[in-house]
Amino acid sequence: MKWLLIAIMVGSTTAGEVLQAMGMRRHGEIHDFRPGAIGRALALMARNRFVIGSMACMAASFFAFMKLLASADLSFAVPVSAVSYVLETVLAKYFLKERVNWLRWTGASLVVCGVALVSL
Amino acid sequence: MTGNARRLRLKTWICVAVVVCSNAFGDFFMKRGMPADSQLGTPLEYIGALFQPWVAAGVALLILWQMSRMALLSWADLSYVLPVTSIGYVVVALLGKVMLNEQITARRWAGIALIMAGVALVSGGTPQTGRPVPDAAEVSR
Repeated sequence: MKWLLIAIMVGSTTAGEVLQAMGMRRHGEIHDFRPGAIGRALALMARNRFVIGSMACMAASFFAFMKLLASADLSFAVPVSAVSYVLETVLAKYFLKERVNWLRWTGASLVVCGVALVSL
Repeated sequence: MTGNARRLRLKTWICVAVVVCSNAFGDFFMKRGMPADSQLGTPLEYIGALFQPWVAAGVALLILWQMSRMALLSWADLSYVLPVTSIGYVVVALLGKVMLNEQITARRWAGIALIMAGVALVSGGTPQTGRPVPDAAEVSR
């Protein structure tokens, strides 16, 4: 049951974050942080189908995380979710077409090793 | 151009700080408020748990987390945001130790060191690559 919850959490987190990055790239850089401008940006995002899809995935991931927290240590539940890093960095390169240079590959690898050590 | 790059980096770091803090404290409040022996079987029990004060505070912070993360992703690459915001794992581990008396073993300290090294490597680089050149409106700013 614990590992099923983790699988749901990792799968929906990965899908949600990649969709979120796609949606926000489509939206364009946010320059204006005054409340009115943020409200207008939120109204635009509410009609962005990538953002809507990402919210649905994040909600699934959130409820799986909540259920997991009821039975597991916080310092286990949080680090184990970092498996999605590997998946997301690969998707960022091949799907979002980002230029992932060696610094980022090295950094992401260090983070994954670190998270594995923290959670074991 | 250098002024523009510096402005972008400052804006990125402020936004990263908001993302990391709201995420770490949001998770921590959730754990603190979650009823320890509840089973969370029916949807009603999930909804009920959302109204525990600590859980509600956690949810509010997690909403702030999502909004600040979306703002950050509007200009920064996912492959930059992921490793840099992972400094949050260190914050969560320390919060777990200080506030919840969870153990940090030598192995966990080693993991924390690796995460921090990864964050340091990536955060020094530029947050965006492979984007179209900024439009005229941004250049004139």
